[in-house]
Amino acid sequence: MSDHQPMITLDGVEKRYSEDAPPAVERLSLDVHRGEILVLVGPSGCGKSTTLRLINRMIEPTSGRIVFDGEDVTHIDANDLRRRIGYVIQRIGLFPHQTIAENVGTVPRLLGWDRGRISERTDELLDLVGLDPSLYRDRYPKELSGGQAQRVGVARALAADPPVMLMDEPFGAVDPITRDRLQNEFLRLQEEVRKTIVFVTHDIDEAIKMGDRIAILRERSVVAQLDTPSRILAYPVDDFVDDFIGSGSTLKGLHFERVRDLELSNDYPFVRSSESRGDTRRLLADSDARFALVLDERGRPERWVDDEDLSRGDPSETVAGLGPKVIAMVEGNATLHDALEAMITSSAGQAVVVGRDGAYTGVVQIEQLTEVIRRMRAEAKAHYDRLRGRA
Amino acid sequence: MTATATASDPATGGPRDRWSPRDDLGLVVTPFVLLAVLAAYLTWLGAQDLPQQAASAITGDKLLTQTREQITITALSTLGVLVIAIPLGIALTRPWGKRFAGPALAVANAGQSIPAFGLLVIALAVLGRVFGRAQDNILQNTIGEALGPGLVISVFALILFAILPILRNTMVGLQQVDPDVIEAGLGMGMTRREVLWRIELPLAVPVMLAGVRTALVINVGMATLAFLIGGGGLGVAIRSGIQLAQNVVVVTGGVLTALLALSVDWVGAVAERILRPKGL
Repeated sequence: MSDHQPMITLDGVEKRYSEDAPPAVERLSLDVHRGEILVLVGPSGCGKSTTLRLINRMIEPTSGRIVFDGEDVTHIDANDLRRRIGYVIQRIGLFPHQTIAENVGTVPRLLGWDRGRISERTDELLDLVGLDPSLYRDRYPKELSGGQAQRVGVARALAADPPVMLMDEPFGAVDPITRDRLQNEFLRLQEEVRKTIVFVTHDIDEAIKMGDRIAILRERSVVAQLDTPSRILAYPVDDFVDDFIGSGSTLKGLHFERVRDLELSNDYPFVRSSESRGDTRRLLADSDARFALVLDERGRPERWVDDEDLSRGDPSETVAGLGPKVIAMVEGNATLHDALEAMITSSAGQAVVVGRDGAYTGVVQIEQLTEVIRRMRAEAKAHYDRLRGRA
Repeated sequence: MTATATASDPATGGPRDRWSPRDDLGLVVTPFVLLAVLAAYLTWLGAQDLPQQAASAITGDKLLTQTREQITITALSTLGVLVIAIPLGIALTRPWGKRFAGPALAVANAGQSIPAFGLLVIALAVLGRVFGRAQDNILQNTIGEALGPGLVISVFALILFAILPILRNTMVGLQQVDPDVIEAGLGMGMTRREVLWRIELPLAVPVMLAGVRTALVINVGMATLAFLIGGGGLGVAIRSGIQLAQNVVVVTGGVLTALLALSVDWVGAVAERILRPKGL
């Protein structure tokens, strides 16, 4: 089986609850690639949860085919299918009368693993989601916080190492701070486990953060646009998508580009704080820049100085302590969004870029950000023009 | 009915992380208190100078037999209710059985609203003929012979009478199981049957047991009326006392009935304590 074959294929899947009413899901065809997080996102009632539940046949499709790893599973035993798919729901649904370990071991038990293997696997999973097995193994769900319960829910879904996970607004019921942390933890976890994940949310920001690809769904689960987050942000195909991703989509797009990928400008002269004012002044005058950057003895940016600062006092004194402090400072692996934020908070048109050790590496200008936005839009548009040309 | 109120206790009672002896203090002390009261009463009774008539109505032998009959009626009728009401309650909460829930509850309600005496008489009228035609039917030849037809008929009547609390608590217990928990179970590939046995029933147990306890208490009380159709029990002593105009005899029957009812309730409480799943 090749890696290019999709992990899940929905082929014209439709769900009707009655003959007369419009379908809940209308002839949906969709591929989910191996190892990706595909996010289904859309307004309430668009059928995204129904679509998810069609995949593990919690809801039986009225027509169409579901192909799972090359195998048509539309008519196989639904329980067999579900034991091969991890399933996480918003309210988690931990079994309150079972310990955390028993909860996590549910599917392995259904699959008939022996006790030793189950308990080994359980401990391994609790470790993986950041819960100390010796502390949590024998606790009951009511003793957990919302965030911990959600981690156990994820561990339980991973228990039998299923290739696919379905997640229905998994982080919807926790507070924003915990949600953010759980999202980050989950992305890190995904780096390790590389599952194929279908993830449902109504929150476009969560979709952008979590998705390798995003399917924006309109009513009856019709796909409005299916693409990478950055391309959707750069080029919403129609008004519906544009409305749904909301204002600030361009800014959100800056999350996907990193400072280190830009060509940093080195237009600003820089000196050590032990340099004399006179020499620095001459250096500044020789350049086109209005400011020079003062670094400390370890090469870390300290202050901006201009000609006026340098003209004060004796030219032989050092530049130490002159001029305003550098506020807009970002690391190379920061996103352009971080850089923009730094620029805005410091009300400067540029941000100083430093390496991991804090040493100066260059400066990013606000014009570079607008240039990146222009380029992303042009690329996305060209991509869609090519698609249309082919069609 | 107060029985269903206990369902919410685990939820509102907060986490019960550590067992403390105080939780079970009542359960431990109750049997000793009951025994002490019994011993005190019997001592007092022994010290009485009773008329011949009264003394012969409450000999140790008679009281033991009557108590045994009372317990037999209670145990058998409660067992009968369990066997009928729990499967019925499960059936009526399944997707295919839901539409019968209303009518079934109406019948069960009616069973409890009919005065107990009326129910006994109806049961006697219906079943008495079965047991009356002796020798040639299995019922009479087996349990009728062993326990006496009156007692068996009383058991049947009490089964009808006490179905409601167990039936209703089974249904309520199953209905109050968090749908997300069931969804999670099904979503992981548990069959409907596995979900019922491993998730729904264990989670419904506290509410169901509260119903069982109610049924036990109803039955032990109602068994006192079994004497009306010749079923025996402690009602016999009470009736003798009334007929002989001997208050001591009436009170003796009454005290024993009350102590028995309290003991049965205690057994129910112990069962609730032991069978309640951990983690709730």
